[in-house]
Amino acid sequence: MSMDLRELYQDIILDHGRHPRNFHALPEATNFAHGHNPLCGDKVTVYLKLEGDRIADVSFEGRGCAISTASASLMTEVLKGKTLAEAEALFKSFHAKVTGGEPPPPPPELADDAERLEPLTGVKTYPARVKCATLAWHAFEAAVKSGALGASVKTE
Amino acid sequence: MSAVSPLRSVASASFDVRRVRRDFPIFERNPGLVFLDTAASAQKPKAVIDGVAEYYRTDYANVHRGVYRLSSASTDRFEKARESARRFINAAHADEIVFVRGTTEAINLVAYSWGGKFLGPDDEVILSELEHHSNIVPWQLLRDRIGFKILAVPIDATGGLDLAAFERLLSPRTKMAALTHISNVNGHIVPVETIIRLAHARGAKVLLDGAQAAPRLPVDVQALDVDFYAFSGHKAYGPSGIGVLYGKKDLLAEMPPWQGGGSMISTVSFERTTYLEPPHRFEAGTPDISGAIGLGYALDYIDGLGRETIREHEDALTGYALRRLSALPGVRVVGGGQRQLGVVSFTLEGIHPHDVGQILDQNNVAVRAGHHCAQPLMDRLRVAGTTRASFGVYNDETDVDALVRAIKAAQEMFGA
Repeated sequence: MSMDLRELYQDIILDHGRHPRNFHALPEATNFAHGHNPLCGDKVTVYLKLEGDRIADVSFEGRGCAISTASASLMTEVLKGKTLAEAEALFKSFHAKVTGGEPPPPPPELADDAERLEPLTGVKTYPARVKCATLAWHAFEAAVKSGALGASVKTE
Repeated sequence: MSAVSPLRSVASASFDVRRVRRDFPIFERNPGLVFLDTAASAQKPKAVIDGVAEYYRTDYANVHRGVYRLSSASTDRFEKARESARRFINAAHADEIVFVRGTTEAINLVAYSWGGKFLGPDDEVILSELEHHSNIVPWQLLRDRIGFKILAVPIDATGGLDLAAFERLLSPRTKMAALTHISNVNGHIVPVETIIRLAHARGAKVLLDGAQAAPRLPVDVQALDVDFYAFSGHKAYGPSGIGVLYGKKDLLAEMPPWQGGGSMISTVSFERTTYLEPPHRFEAGTPDISGAIGLGYALDYIDGLGRETIREHEDALTGYALRRLSALPGVRVVGGGQRQLGVVSFTLEGIHPHDVGQILDQNNVAVRAGHHCAQPLMDRLRVAGTTRASFGVYNDETDVDALVRAIKAAQEMFGA
């Protein structure tokens, strides 16, 4: 297997793709949103339980490729317990990294979490896969905005 | 012509793939390329690439307008391409050939013009679960305006069209059966001869989506007695942006224009406009002149190889691919009915098609992964998507072997 593909499919991605964490519905969710990538048919639903501006719990369901599943899984791991402002800072830095932009340096207290998302940034050399890595994050953003009514986002 | 022909040798004496491959410059520029996505779009032979360039260099001008020499030379070449398309499907008259952008536009044209005039709220249009979105959505758009009913023929357990179900769906309300000739997902060859006979017996018209079939097997619209036949240039080794709608002369003559503009009118005043006869009635505006000319070269090229020969070659190759893939652990081949040609879909246990496509690409194997613009079929098969290998005149069994090696690499990486 060539080295560069190994950068895309690092062990942690394969592991989270096969055994996603926080992969279930959340009955006590205060917010949720569906994400859909019409190009490949990937679907994800992100559930949030907000307490004030803190993410008390977060989970997801859906079907998708290894990249999108692993990204959703890792996202739920780093977001649990964060404030919405911290979550937004993490998404900004992650989004910039996967799209090949100049990421704003994350605040020092979030450096470890940004580091956890690092394996996913291999997608930046595969433009067709960037949306796989960001789908769950867009659904998360939509869930924050939509509240208990739910919302749908498409990667376009 | 069944693909399930395990004893047939893949090598065909009359068909030298290595020589054919030299006609396609893409393989020179991309050494080692294993191109298995012809169902999405075919690569182009020199005859098309050079023919279009030569036309631009020597004879280019607008068609059907100028009185000067270049314009009439250009018109001659454009109309010669129409003749090539006529010959390609053995239409009775060249004016039964309407140049369109592709299969999608051809079906939209028939739905809008024929359907808009002849369909009413109590009528029924029969489609099938095998259809590409391009043979579903145009009918839905029209249904939302007019209010007729759309029925879908299911597939049977083998993945083929359920002919008995088709017969049951037919009724005096059936006005149109619009079906694919070969599925772009599982390669199933629909028994169109029987379909047409049954539909005509009920007074219904038949439109065939020939996007996959036209480049793969001989098509004779007169022998079929089909009412409308659509195919795309780019899947037939020609340029993209050009395609053909065949319509029986008396049907086209009854149909109103669907787009207005230059080239399609006889006289225009602010009070009243009269239209040209088909095919020009349906070709408003300056057409894709070089596209049509390139398509003519492509169709002549295919006919030069011989479509019966191409069918035999792709049939043998499809059979070989089915045998190799079925023998691989963890691979589930999507059934293509009793007769299957040129297209093979499969899923890999534990690996999403998108990931399969990515890893195959890394191994220089180009396949399509996803829903193939056939979401109703994906739902029916209960899969999110498939990986699809499809063949062209430049493929041989070494391409299938490369595919199998790449699948094993994917399985190794994913530990599946």
